[in-house]
Parts: sequence; structure tokens; C-alpha cells
Amino acid sequence: MKDFSSQNMFSNQRQNPAKILIVCKPKQMSAPIDYIERTTALYDSLGYPGYRWTKTEDPPPWSVVKKPLSSSKVGLIASGGIYVEKQVAFHWKDDLSFRIVDKNTPNSRLRTTHFAYDLADSRIDPNVVFPLETMRELVSQGYIGELSQSAYTFMGGIYSAKSVQETLAPALADRCEEDAVDLVLLVPV
Amino acid sequence: MSLTSALSITRSVNPPRGAFVDYPLGHTAGKPDEKEQQLHLLKTALSAFSRLSKPGSILMLPETWDSDDSWKEEVMRPSKKNDSSKSADNRLERFDTPQYQCDLDKELAESSFEVDGCPTCVFLGDDTKSQSTK
Repeated sequence: MKDFSSQNMFSNQRQNPAKILIVCKPKQMSAPIDYIERTTALYDSLGYPGYRWTKTEDPPPWSVVKKPLSSSKVGLIASGGIYVEKQVAFHWKDDLSFRIVDKNTPNSRLRTTHFAYDLADSRIDPNVVFPLETMRELVSQGYIGELSQSAYTFMGGIYSAKSVQETLAPALADRCEEDAVDLVLLVPV
Repeated sequence: MSLTSALSITRSVNPPRGAFVDYPLGHTAGKPDEKEQQLHLLKTALSAFSRLSKPGSILMLPETWDSDDSWKEEVMRPSKKNDSSKSADNRLERFDTPQYQCDLDKELAESSFEVDGCPTCVFLGDDTKSQSTK
């Protein structure tokens, strides 16, 4: 078993500044599933052509967090195919649309649709992929300052990274800017 | 900040901040109907905003899904036998029409769309497929 003592953790960070921070010593932490490796092997076995994973070489954009969470306005964006009763549901073939979900929408009106993950639990409790209710509770506990009026949802599994980068992501970023959020939590599936 | 259960993909995409939860896909924000657990998980994840100071850092949450890691063994594994009916590809066909959770949703969405065209649906670019309720 790996030694997660703090000394080892920091020495690891020096050798590999690749940025992993461990919250505290876990009981047991086995290697995470490497979905890129597994998908590649699975596609090979099924005779599908390889998938070109997005690999960002440039360092990510960075904004310093200026306010504590308890006085911040927080947005939520999720890709798990969540929609609200009466909205048009997502289709499963590179749907580039998004839905506006009011922050006070009750779980009973939330639905999930997706081709690539098991929907059983998200349909019992949408919080598992779209933690809007959980965030409302954190606001009432004073842990988060406030929620942005609108959360945004879309359908993941869009095979064109270019369309996401050039169309969907900028549209969502514009929304967040209009909403004047301090922070945004993204929940991909 | 991206809350993720797919560490390799998130590292490849490289968002400014990340928080990794080692759960099966479809449960990144917690276990169903376990409110306290969900609150605890999200609090820890959100602490990444103040704890991470280096672009591209990922906070590793200590949560474990089960008492052991056997759930990881079968995820997206090629079928061991040469039996196409037991393909490990559990994903569904990528239909290009709206896929409602239930039939009633479809009826409600269609009648609602006729009235106001779904003002909370935002259709982008030339993706006309998503603009139909049918």
C-alpha cells in the first residue's frame, strides 16, 4: 500500500509537480480507473476506430479566488443530460444545446437522459450528477454565499471537441459572465 | 472547478482546478439518497477553490465507493469471450431525437413547446435536431 504520510506526499510533489493534493490519509486508495486506456482497449476489441481524446497542452487559464466561499456567488454546470419537466429532452447524437435550470427547481421536476452512464441512481436522486439541492443546503448552512439564479445543463458525449470548444463552451461562459458569478462548479459525467 | 470521477480524462483536458471522487461514473456528486454524505463530499470538493493555488491542480477526495474496489474490475472491459451478445459496451444507441425519461415528459414538453417554444432551452448553431420535440 502506498504511504500517504505528509513527508512522502511533499517529496512526491517535488519530483512530480503534476499537482495532486491528498486531503488526508485515506483508509485505502487503489488506482483510479484509467478511462482513456479502457476505452481505447474496448474500442479495439469491438473494431471501432480510436477516439481522439482532448489533450490540452497549454496551461489552463487561471483566476485567483478573491472571496471566501461563504460570500461568493456560485454557478453550477453539469453535463449529465439533466432537464426539467416540460423542457425538451436532449438527444444523444452531439446535442449542442443547453438548458437553463432555475436554482429553486425541486428534485421532483428534474430528469436525466444519457447514452453512456447508468441512469438508475440519477433518476432516484438527481443530486448524484446535479447537486443543485445539495448546494441550496450549503447556502442555508452559510457554507456558500449564494447560488446563481440559473444553473446550466447539457448533454455530454459530444464527439466533436471542436464544437464544444467553439460553440457550447463559449455560450456557457458568456452566461456565467452575465450572471456575474464568482465561481463555477462543473460536474461532468 | 471540475468535479470529476474520471481522473485520466480530466488530467488530459486540464481544467484550472479539479476535485477527484473515485466513484463509478454517474455518481460524481455523491451516493443516492445519502444527503449527509453528499453534503460532506461537496463541501470537501468546494474547498478546492481555496486550497488549490497551482493551475491544473486536482484535489483528491478520500471517499471510497464501497468496502472494496471490485466495482472497478468490470467497468468498460472488453468481453472475455468471443460472444458479441455479451459485449462490454453497455452504451446505448445514440438516437438523434429527444430521449425523455418517461412518456409523460414527452407529452408535457410537446404541448408546452407549442405554446412558448421552450424559453429555457437554448439551441446553438445549426443543430436543428435538438430544436424538435419529436
